Amino acid sequence: MANTAALRCKECSREYPVGAFNVCDFCFGPLEVVYDMDAIAQVASRERIKSGPLSLWRYADFLPADYNPNIDINAGFTPLIRSNGLAKKLGLDELWIKNDSVNPSYSFKDRVVAVATAKALELGFDTIACASTGNLACSVAAHAARAGIKAYVFIPSDLEKGKVLGAAIYNPTMIAIDGSYDDVNRLCSELADQYPWAFVNINVRPFYADGSKTLGFEVAEQLGWKAPMHAVAPSASGAMFTKIYQGLKEFEQVGIIDNVETKMHCAQARGCAPIATAYEEGRLVIRPVKPATIAKSLGIGNPADGYYALKTIEASAGSAVIAEEAEVADGIKLLAETEGIFTEGAGGVAIAGLKRLVERGEIKKNESTVVYITGNGLKTTEIVEDVVNPIHINPTVSAFEESVGLKA
Amino acid sequence: MSPLKRVRFTFLDRLIKEPVIYRMGHDYNVITNIRRADVQEGVGWVILEIEGDVSEIERSLEWVRSLGVRVDPALGDLVEP
Repeated sequence: MANTAALRCKECSREYPVGAFNVCDFCFGPLEVVYDMDAIAQVASRERIKSGPLSLWRYADFLPADYNPNIDINAGFTPLIRSNGLAKKLGLDELWIKNDSVNPSYSFKDRVVAVATAKALELGFDTIACASTGNLACSVAAHAARAGIKAYVFIPSDLEKGKVLGAAIYNPTMIAIDGSYDDVNRLCSELADQYPWAFVNINVRPFYADGSKTLGFEVAEQLGWKAPMHAVAPSASGAMFTKIYQGLKEFEQVGIIDNVETKMHCAQARGCAPIATAYEEGRLVIRPVKPATIAKSLGIGNPADGYYALKTIEASAGSAVIAEEAEVADGIKLLAETEGIFTEGAGGVAIAGLKRLVERGEIKKNESTVVYITGNGLKTTEIVEDVVNPIHINPTVSAFEESVGLKA
Repeated sequence: MSPLKRVRFTFLDRLIKEPVIYRMGHDYNVITNIRRADVQEGVGWVILEIEGDVSEIERSLEWVRSLGVRVDPALGDLVEP
């Protein structure tokens, strides 16, 4: 927190004091946190990081909130696994899987919500809130439970119960809104203006977003203090994607790692690909779409950080890739069958996107690559329920042997 | 003070040349205030603030939508998966 200097508009560069604001009063551009990088460089070191907690808070010098054990559910510092089976299948020599599906509420959202919650308490809030159809709701409710503060979770009323069970179990105040998706958007915007709550992805969004920088920090540390040549990440709002790169660049800036030449590749599904479509059409203007993808956790049709994701692709000489809807389930199954990791739709998109990038020649055999798996498969079992296809037999040894082609 | 609403209009193709925001202020009792905009070939967007009675703002936005202009929250979708 001592290293957080101000908030600044990403468009017109006007500065604001640190507080619960996310929009520039002048141009309505989004605000971001400005850090005193010289002060960070004075204190940050590999040794200091290594002696920190085994969670995202080991990077507290680079975050806009101080470590607060009272809100900590141990988000972050998830495994980075050297791939064997998948790498072989794709023809890659050095593939790494960042398995963020094993966070406490089973998605990368724990990183951003941890930082948002810590900051909300620092700013004097006693309530956190969000509008969500899935992972974000789970994480907000879990963090509020741990912190002993109130949580309001707003959901569209037509959402299936199973989708919000993972949030409801933490006993937040859950409000189902009758109306369209646009109505939910509008109401939450109005509530964020009127109530003294920290809406994690609205008025404290600048702090919230920076939690995703730790996905860059961690990968660099876990690779032995270096950046990969390629990073492949799924994208919804585009915020996580841009922050992974920012994390790598900040490490480079303060000398924790050298030479970040990572190419950032953004993966989206055909049914909701506003960022990847803009990339393919060679423009920086996002055309909002109506999400229609089975990768529900990527269903943001009007991505707040879409433009900045495109700028990240440009700055890193990366790319964007679209996974066809039918490939999403294939990607989930491929990762499960080759690596023993069960991911949700977004992970399926990342794997399908990675496969396509290799086929296109954008990722070459000998180039180190990290693919980000951001959510857990048990949340979206309906996508792959066709895998449940047991062999039915009578209860005899011979029936078993016959069914699987074995002879004793 | 009258209620304010911050929105983003996305225009495609032929609509880019239409004086939509002028007509909005002319035909409805709302004040429009453009803060940022970008127009490229085939697509353009404008972020603006609209001031007026809630019902009049909604009526004007309904008319804008009826032309085929997409209307979204100024800072992207707030509902996250």
